[in-house]
Amino acid sequence: MSVAPEPVLSIEGLRVEFDMPFGRLVALRGASLSIRPGEIVGLVGETGSGKTLVCRSVMRLIPQRGRIADGRILFDGRDVLAMRPRELRDFRAHDVGMVFQDPFSTLNPVLRIGKQVEETLRVNFGLKKSEAQTRAVELLRDVGIPNPERRALSYPHEFSGGMRQRVMIALATASQPRLLLADEPTTALDVTTQAQILDLLVRLSEEGGMAVVLVSHDFGVIAQVCDRVAVMYGGHIVETGTIEEIHDGAEHPYTRGLLDSIPRLESAGRPTRLPVIPGVPPDPADEVSGCVFRPRCRYAQPACETVSMVLEPVSPGHETACPVRPFAVADSALTARAGARL
Amino acid sequence: MTERVPLLRLERLTKSFALRRTVGERIGRSQVEPARAVDDVSFTLHHGEILGLAGESGSGKTTLARCIIRLVEPDSGTIELDGIDVRAARGAQLRELRRRMQMVFQDPYSSLNPRMTVGAALHEAGRVHHRPGSENGEQFVREALERVHLGAAVAKRRPRELSGGQRQRVAVARALAVGPEVLIADEAVSALDVSVQAQLLNLFLDLRDELGVAILFVAHQLAVIAEVADRVAVMNHGRLVEIGDAGDVLANPQDDYTKALLAAHPRPRLSGAASS
Repeated sequence: MSVAPEPVLSIEGLRVEFDMPFGRLVALRGASLSIRPGEIVGLVGETGSGKTLVCRSVMRLIPQRGRIADGRILFDGRDVLAMRPRELRDFRAHDVGMVFQDPFSTLNPVLRIGKQVEETLRVNFGLKKSEAQTRAVELLRDVGIPNPERRALSYPHEFSGGMRQRVMIALATASQPRLLLADEPTTALDVTTQAQILDLLVRLSEEGGMAVVLVSHDFGVIAQVCDRVAVMYGGHIVETGTIEEIHDGAEHPYTRGLLDSIPRLESAGRPTRLPVIPGVPPDPADEVSGCVFRPRCRYAQPACETVSMVLEPVSPGHETACPVRPFAVADSALTARAGARL
Repeated sequence: MTERVPLLRLERLTKSFALRRTVGERIGRSQVEPARAVDDVSFTLHHGEILGLAGESGSGKTTLARCIIRLVEPDSGTIELDGIDVRAARGAQLRELRRRMQMVFQDPYSSLNPRMTVGAALHEAGRVHHRPGSENGEQFVREALERVHLGAAVAKRRPRELSGGQRQRVAVARALAVGPEVLIADEAVSALDVSVQAQLLNLFLDLRDELGVAILFVAHQLAVIAEVADRVAVMNHGRLVEIGDAGDVLANPQDDYTKALLAAHPRPRLSGAASS
């Protein structure tokens, strides 16, 4: 591997709070993540872990009542949180693209597909009508929509879920952004369609050198396309590493628990009980001291009540927020091997 | 293997839905071929067996599940529970059949009454079907909750105060409160996070072992089915394309559609995951 290039996006200690009538919710407690150009990073975690908020924070699209209380977001060295409205608009239009989970609610139901793509091109790039039309058809062809000239005249309801998601990807990548934030892009789709959409994301990333953050609750999806994974729990990123490092040598007890509870095709024919993580995820209304996973962790030690959840390196590129490292001894051979490979 | 009498038997079950004709077709008075949501489906379900029903959205899984308890009226074919013709049943007999076959839906939030406490909902299910023990509400509810590994404190809460996993447990508890022999779980774990999903899958296995209830487990995720099912049936365009022991079907599929589904199943690219 060559010298690591400067990250295109770096997030440091991001804290997002919501001031609700009944009190304060802390949705992100101090998340840090960096993404290099052309890299596909998976963000995996369960409901409420803060995956979506990380993406929305980058776009500065935090829902009402929410605010970024602390932390920094740097895109290409530029401070996203300090951008003025005009600069922010330009940043959203040209530098990042975002694909949401639900393509039904993000497309305008009364406008033809082609018109919606053209509108984006005309507003963001000042293309003339005829240029925009030609380019829109090209974009639709690029994302694998058959017969794009004709399909551009269709309305969203005439498209299947997978086709609609392709249109969303065409819109998000129209400006050839350096970073694409894909928030659960395949969750609403069937497996066969899911595989096509994932292939499309990989192709676009490879062709354009675009970095992708792929948010998913499904480790299988992440493992299929990503170079690197970041595991989220309770508003923190608790572990990051390559797919192999996480899959074969996870250091954080939560990551292990999560991986163990994934249903596997290989179990077919001999159904057995899956190992489960006891307890429930932390309530965002509670301020947890020390490690957020401590109440559910079977390796918890008294010192865990005071640790700050900072990612510490295990090997180059593999970092964990667990200072206990309960698996380090058993897996030392494996970690050494992983280290040697890098 | 000895031939056992099946608990539930479906034979050549068919259900089609008429499609709305386009303007041109209406002017031209041409007829439109109806969409066959369930097309000539036959299978059996035995006591204490978990049958996984797989297929993509639109393949007819849910319509089939609904046909069995006649939430959707099938067009033709036979459904028999314990030798009783389900399609011919009326009134009290149909109610009794529906007690013996209970359904759990994907979204527990919309299938539980938001204004009723969990305890009231469970007790009502027992009372309506005159279940033994339902006179003593408190104990009946406690036992129902115990069956799904929930504490008695949950009885006083309302659905919105529960987590997704707890809500789905309550939905299962309500289905079980009336003492069914067949449980139809329609995508019952699909909306849950993996760690919660694992707990629910374990629960279904426990229920089968402890109560001997037979489960028709509908899911679009093959891996989820692999974790619980003894046998697997695969549907495509309303037809049952393959059925057999879970190990055989998922490890050694015969039908092209099953093969395609398995091929699309996400797998870690563990060799050379790095892009370089």
